Amino acid sequence: MDVLYFAWVRERIGRPKDRIETQAATVRDLVEELRAREERYAAAFEDLSALRVAVDQELSDFDASLAGVREVAFFPPMTGG
Amino acid sequence: MDIRVQEAAFDLGDEARAFAERQRGMGAVVTFTGIVRDLDGGDLDVMEIEHYPGMTEAAIEKIGQEALSRWNLGDILVIHRYGRLRPDDLIMMVATSARHRVDAFQGAEFLMDFLKSRAPFWKKEVTGQDAAWVAARDEDEDALSRW
Repeated sequence: MDVLYFAWVRERIGRPKDRIETQAATVRDLVEELRAREERYAAAFEDLSALRVAVDQELSDFDASLAGVREVAFFPPMTGG
Repeated sequence: MDIRVQEAAFDLGDEARAFAERQRGMGAVVTFTGIVRDLDGGDLDVMEIEHYPGMTEAAIEKIGQEALSRWNLGDILVIHRYGRLRPDDLIMMVATSARHRVDAFQGAEFLMDFLKSRAPFWKKEVTGQDAAWVAARDEDEDALSRW
């Protein structure tokens, strides 16, 4: 599964993307796995209320299932326009 | 519907004219243009705009389809830039056409409200010493509830 990071999440983790093998059932489970990796991941995922998530390029939520999912992205609230 | 996510600058006059001229039977065209606003102290050097290639286009398409389903619109144009922009550069534009102006105005406002907080763009303000990600504003999120 590809895990993508944007804006300050990308900066805090220090890379734009990870390709990982995971058994995580939901986005929240995936976040727990990532937090356990390294301090910079724990820092990036410290406050989930400051983060948004997209599952296969659709805006989603942390309880979403990861069954069959190929791409998950984490980022702060969007500031377009 | 014409959606373009691009790094290159665009010519507002050319785009607005071309959009208006390709309409048939429409009585109104509304355009909105977003411009890089300098900081109050006038010391913004660069605004960096990051986006999520693939999702960006899909998200704008979805917002556009929703606008088409809610108002009697003829056509929609959205151009949104990414990359390094300077104060007073054009960031983006929206154009809508409709037989009557109310649909064109409301459709354009709807598109803007949703582009602000549902299209995956992030802005970073870079000044001489410092760089800071622009925080999403509660007002922008609240604006969605009126639709």
